[in-house]
Amino acid sequence: MEGKKKHTVLEAVDLSIGYRSKRKETVVANGISFQCSKGELIGLVGANGIGKSTLLRTLCGMQAALGGTVSILDQSIASITPMALATHLSVVLTEAPSSKNLSVMEFVSLGRQPHTNWLGKLSSTDRETILRALEQTETLDLQQKKCYELSDGQMQRVAIARALAQDTPIIILDEPTTHLDLYHRAYILKLLKRLTKETQKTILFSTHEIDLAIQLSDTMIVMTPEAILVDEPCNLISQGHFNSLFPEDSIFFDSETGRFTVRE
Amino acid sequence: MKSPRSYSRIFLLLVIVLAIVFCVNISLGSVGIPLSEILSVLTGGEASKSSWQYIVLDYRLPKALTTVLVGSGLAISGLLMQTLFRNPLAGPFVLGLSSGASLGVAILILGAGIFGTALGSLLTSPWSLVIASALGSFLVLLAVLAVTLRVKDTMAILIIGLMFGSVTAAVVAVLSYFSNAEKLQQYVFWSFGSLGNQSWSGIAILATCTLLGIFLAFVSSKSLNALLLGENYARSLGVRLKRTTLVIIITTSVLAGAITAFAGPIAFIGLAVPHITRQWITSSDHRILIPAVLLVGSITMLICDAVAQLPYLEYTLPINAITSLIGAPVVIWLLVRKRKLLF
Repeated sequence: MEGKKKHTVLEAVDLSIGYRSKRKETVVANGISFQCSKGELIGLVGANGIGKSTLLRTLCGMQAALGGTVSILDQSIASITPMALATHLSVVLTEAPSSKNLSVMEFVSLGRQPHTNWLGKLSSTDRETILRALEQTETLDLQQKKCYELSDGQMQRVAIARALAQDTPIIILDEPTTHLDLYHRAYILKLLKRLTKETQKTILFSTHEIDLAIQLSDTMIVMTPEAILVDEPCNLISQGHFNSLFPEDSIFFDSETGRFTVRE
Repeated sequence: MKSPRSYSRIFLLLVIVLAIVFCVNISLGSVGIPLSEILSVLTGGEASKSSWQYIVLDYRLPKALTTVLVGSGLAISGLLMQTLFRNPLAGPFVLGLSSGASLGVAILILGAGIFGTALGSLLTSPWSLVIASALGSFLVLLAVLAVTLRVKDTMAILIIGLMFGSVTAAVVAVLSYFSNAEKLQQYVFWSFGSLGNQSWSGIAILATCTLLGIFLAFVSSKSLNALLLGENYARSLGVRLKRTTLVIIITTSVLAGAITAFAGPIAFIGLAVPHITRQWITSSDHRILIPAVLLVGSITMLICDAVAQLPYLEYTLPINAITSLIGAPVVIWLLVRKRKLLF
């Protein structure tokens, strides 16, 4: 790969991901190298079971890499304390909060935890950041609602607001578009795009919405059984890489339209 | 979410109710004592009858204080477990903590008779009961936690709690078969649960453990709030999961263990009180919930105790029966009304 990109905030070098148990290592994927720079929107696509979630969990430091390194702001993730990591990187997971009894305001406020004192008292700066996060995700009017009252689309926006409130240079989202209708899938991804431009945060998301991701991402990471490719979407299309994403017996990638079509 | 101001109004109300219930609890009993007399005794004055003075200071006041400690401690341990296990049905009794504590006490009381006097001499210290029962509940909680690491299913956790109850019953049955009538009676009376007959030194131990537990719970409230999001989110917020989990487990076993040692296994307070509290406190913030649960727990326990001592009658009912009779319908009512329990 070419030299280091400008303002690299997240970097993987020869990363090998998978699970380690007492007896053996199960390698899900290896040889993963890429760099994400400031203000970039990165889409991660791949078939079910290819290891997208494992990759994201490794990048978040939730599980250890089997080999290679993940660096955040030029610091190896293994050497960053959990508290410092929480100020560098926030996550939006597929799981809903365990307690549905939280109000939206409380849920988003919890994002401020890495910045507050031992009791979690919110300062005026904290309150401003929370309100800005609600504003950016258009959830200001939901703040008094309880999480169990929200629709899936609203819940996803609120979850993104919580990550924004954490105010980290990097946000990682695991399939933020699942369970959403077409309108909300596009809405969420456009929201992410807007956020990278407005806030200069680096946002990495995994998704099954390949055509939407092609239209919106600055860079895409394509995980196929043979290789892991990282490039701008237009280059990936011209090189025909999306065809190797799925077995070609029932769908194929139409490079003219930039989307998958059912094979007759 | 309510404003901080409306919360302070709720707290003021709860404190006033607690004070009233506390005095009423002392005034009721086989001999009714007028509230005005109780107020004068509690404020350092003299009662008009010396027997009343004696009853209030040496019998009912220690009992009411024990009741407050037991109620608040059990309720807090229930709240901590509901958050830790992310299960609205968690509580010290349901998860088998009380069973574990019972087992510890059974081995101490009944085992002392079987295994000789070496253990028997230990029994004279009230600390040994506390340690045995705290150890029992700690071991059960560790076992339950080990299961949760393997099984994510919350149903399984509750079943494990039930199984521990059965195992305890079986071990106690075996122990009682080999022990003498006197020891057996001592154990059986303990297992009915009793808030009375505590010495001041016993109350001091109970108070130390309960206050320590409440203090640890309050100090952990930031991590507890993060745990409401789930383990993965909590970790992403910088919470040290292992340490936090350990602190919460130690806190709950100290609370449940010490209380069970002194007052016997008391059902439903730990499970029901946090849910009753959530009827008024809509916030999930532990910084508000912990003090509120503490107050509601004390009030509930004082009321249960007042009912158990059957005012103006010679008899006293086992406190455990009363908390179950009141607690179980409350949980059923909450489930039916709200369709689901939230935590």
